[in-house]
Amino acid sequence: MQKTRRMAGVAGLSVVALSLAACGGSENEGGEDGVNVGIKFDQPGLGQKVGSGYEGLDVDVANYVAKDAGLGKVTFKEAPSKQREQLIKSGQVKMVIATYSVTDERKQEVSFAGPYFIAEQALLVAKDSKINGVKSLSGKKLCSVSGSTSATKLKEQVPGVNLQEFDTYSKCASALSTGQIDAMTTDDTILSGYAQQDSYKGKFKVVKGVGGDEIYGIGIKKGDTALCKKVNTSLQKMVDSGEWKKSVEKHLGAEYQLNAEKNPPKQETCS
Amino acid sequence: MSQIFEQFDVISFFWMTIKLTALAAVASFIIGTVMAIMRLSPVPVLRFVGTAYVTLFRNTPLTLIVFGSLFGISITLQFSISDTLSTNAFFFAIFGLAVYHAAFVCEAIRSGVNTIPLGQAEAARSIGLTFTQTLREVILPQAMRGAITPLGNTLIALAKNTTVVMTIGVLESAYFLSKVSEDASSQLNNAFLLVAGFFVLFTVPMGLATGYASRKLAVKR
Repeated sequence: MQKTRRMAGVAGLSVVALSLAACGGSENEGGEDGVNVGIKFDQPGLGQKVGSGYEGLDVDVANYVAKDAGLGKVTFKEAPSKQREQLIKSGQVKMVIATYSVTDERKQEVSFAGPYFIAEQALLVAKDSKINGVKSLSGKKLCSVSGSTSATKLKEQVPGVNLQEFDTYSKCASALSTGQIDAMTTDDTILSGYAQQDSYKGKFKVVKGVGGDEIYGIGIKKGDTALCKKVNTSLQKMVDSGEWKKSVEKHLGAEYQLNAEKNPPKQETCS
Repeated sequence: MSQIFEQFDVISFFWMTIKLTALAAVASFIIGTVMAIMRLSPVPVLRFVGTAYVTLFRNTPLTLIVFGSLFGISITLQFSISDTLSTNAFFFAIFGLAVYHAAFVCEAIRSGVNTIPLGQAEAARSIGLTFTQTLREVILPQAMRGAITPLGNTLIALAKNTTVVMTIGVLESAYFLSKVSEDASSQLNNAFLLVAGFFVLFTVPMGLATGYASRKLAVKR
């Protein structure tokens, strides 16, 4: 056990070193009556650092759940995709609420509370683009993030697609705005966030119906059913009180087409 | 461990690292040699260009150079080598790696030049050889043999530095590790061991080979 844990530590360290998004120090770790929550810092509409504060749906969910479940004051930590499991396992954060899609692979490492939102994979294209679905992507230049699942999925459906990957979505958005890329792909929530950003306002549109559901869960330590149940109760309250809807409308914007059949999602049982 | 091979095309990621290293090594050797010659030349302008090149690229982070070469030259200035984006990124990755490591190759060769007693160049001039002849017949052959060890070190650094090109989505070893940690983090320890093992197997022979070659070929004085 000791040995495996040390190994995990080494592996984790190497990932930290390899990923370019080095995160800050780990001061006030597990603070006395507070709770550390991992979010994304660079996803408009979901989790974004604005000045010294944070805003987005993930942030609202974190704040609501922490308050309602009596977990104390929330300290936000950056949780890049590659480090999410490690952050939870090492106890640096109690929860990860960062467009964290529930998958069977990830369930081997962490447990999920929720889900609190169901998004779907989509495309972001220029306003006057003729791309209207998966089929029209053949031979087109598509951008996504290195190692992301969304690009892999589309590549399987359209082998002829011309794929460029960068380490952040912002770089894709920038290339898309200059016309060097025809489309970028990831969850429709993230794409709407970019479409609404001041610098890109009116330049992009979101094309839906290209992929499957992305079920956003709240990542917690594996097997922590007590926390999972607490979080689920609070999530239910957030939905019932209308806070959830308010937050979705506020952060995802009027143009976001919410899939009301699936949202708010039915919670899975904690295990 | 077998699960990771089923889920990911591990070999192709390692093969990409090897390709990047080999091609960037050749390109950086050529650029680096040219720069070293410029730094040795009697023409002040050429010396200045050589010095400026080394100062500029040796002191710029590789990540910036690699990302800047694709984003700046290909995306902003719209100069593409290939219409297939992944191939394009591959060539710009090699370009970035070569440009950066050429600065170190240049300095390695210069260190080789410094092993040659000054009298040799003077002797060469005194028997009537031109600058080019001196360089070709006297200086460079000895300099290269004296520079084998530092060149080997640069090659090993290059092999490891190829992991930086993940920034522009070239599917090499670091990309593999990144993909595993995003999609299948239960396999992360195995992936880490695989990548670490690969790099050891890849770079240790380079060190042994250059060490052997430098002992064999060094000019005894």
